[in-house]
Amino acid sequence: MGIETEYGIVARGVVEDSFTHSLSVLANARDYAAPRAIWDYGGENPSKDARGFQVEEESEVPGADDNRDINKLLRNGGRLYIDAGHPEYSTPECSQPLDVVTYDKAGELLLADSLERANREAGIDRSLVLYKNNTDGKGNSYGCHENYLVSRDLAFEHLAEVLAAFLVSRQVVCGAGKVGSENGAEPVSYQISQRADFFENYMGLYTMKKRPIINTRDEPHSDPDRYRRLHVIVGDANMAEMSTYLKTGTTALMVTLAEEGLLDDAPRLKDPVGAIKAISHDPACKHKVALVGDEEASAVEIQQWYLDEAWAWWQDHPDPATRAVLERWQSVLDRLAEDPNQLTGEVDWVIKKSLIEQAMERWGCDWDDSRVAMMDLQYHDIRPSRGLYYTLVRQGFITRVTSDERITAALDRAPEDTRAYFRSECIKRYPEALYGASWTSVLFSQGEQAIAKVPLLDPERGTRSLVGALLERSETAEQLVANLRA
Amino acid sequence: MPAETQESRTRHPGGPAEQTHTGANPETIEKGKKLKEEMDALLDEIDNVLEENAEEFVRNYVQQGGE
Repeated sequence: MGIETEYGIVARGVVEDSFTHSLSVLANARDYAAPRAIWDYGGENPSKDARGFQVEEESEVPGADDNRDINKLLRNGGRLYIDAGHPEYSTPECSQPLDVVTYDKAGELLLADSLERANREAGIDRSLVLYKNNTDGKGNSYGCHENYLVSRDLAFEHLAEVLAAFLVSRQVVCGAGKVGSENGAEPVSYQISQRADFFENYMGLYTMKKRPIINTRDEPHSDPDRYRRLHVIVGDANMAEMSTYLKTGTTALMVTLAEEGLLDDAPRLKDPVGAIKAISHDPACKHKVALVGDEEASAVEIQQWYLDEAWAWWQDHPDPATRAVLERWQSVLDRLAEDPNQLTGEVDWVIKKSLIEQAMERWGCDWDDSRVAMMDLQYHDIRPSRGLYYTLVRQGFITRVTSDERITAALDRAPEDTRAYFRSECIKRYPEALYGASWTSVLFSQGEQAIAKVPLLDPERGTRSLVGALLERSETAEQLVANLRA
Repeated sequence: MPAETQESRTRHPGGPAEQTHTGANPETIEKGKKLKEEMDALLDEIDNVLEENAEEFVRNYVQQGGE
């Protein structure tokens, strides 16, 4: 699994477009990236629909120089790139939610550092700021998408049907909070999710228009006969480590349970699009949404249904990492049911709400004050010196999940138990020979000969235990390719 | 790390996993005072780091759609 996050970008007093700003940030990420590698677009097809059809769209593949400017293949196995003008960071493939948290934060750290370098170059009057949020508050949204590996044996429509209520309700655990509403939604002072106002459909292929709760893009980035990739576009970008940990830990578990047929009786929402907004607009977490079969349930009750199924599954699969996710999930749901304000150190939307309310009390102002809107934005400012989330961390208000040591280490090495390990090691060991890579390939230049392509179709191979010895005995890329062919 | 948390497993709501105590014993009052001081320090820092000209800054923050 992994996360891709688009960052909001803005400059003071400059009218250049966001693409130009993003380029300067990426250029300053050079220490974290392969020096000359391109991104290999060969295996990509974002217009294939999981419901069995292909939408014909022109997709443009950039030339080699542009490719290098807008793609940085990261030493940790992840990718930094420009998408629709925004800097976007993808974590390397991870097997554990704890690793996702660490690599997600490593992305913030390397972007904050690249930003600082870019700002030093540009001078104070032109300084850039990056925000890890999902909206400009004026109806424009940018995404934080999660990806989960799913067996091809599971019918997509069934997966969607049993997961929909989970995906709609989980915002109470991992919403990032927002002042006000937008995109034509009902007026509200504060709501749980950044993104809820933007969802207009239950299911669909697009991510930029008519956004669907269930995205049908069928681009597995792996062997298409064996795998799907569940592309979850309904989540918020999180600052709080606990929100990211629970978001990915619980969703990955739900995919496993769905694969085993254990969610077949999951609650079905009568109106998923209405429910996602209604839940978001109720920070008391009491609102009940209608279920198929004339019952109704709150978001916390729906989450509890899924958690109970996970506990039952856990009895037969008792590993400590899963238990830790389930215990924390239960603890958060219990407190949401009793009083969400108990979660001021763990869950983004509660942390931000509580901080803003304290400030409003001090200033004697209301939700419509411009300083409140500024706090809503600056909570997501990734500069440690200015971001309000980081102010809270420094003063000890936030429960951490990972550590600064792990995050720093994650700038330069991949998880060892996925194919990201092989990609990362190739970047570090053979920088001169490395021509490019993608999620499913590593490409080497071989002088006059054609480029050698090493396929990485299985996300669970290319691990340290499988390729560590091979890499050790391959001093050059040429030897590596020869050893792989032997 | 969460794998090492020692919270007891509570399957169904019966009170929060991390109990909060109420009542006016001296320890609680002391804790409350400390929390108030910490919160004041935090809000002082927020006042310091918050962008000036909030209204203009927020108004100018416009992103083209992404994804």
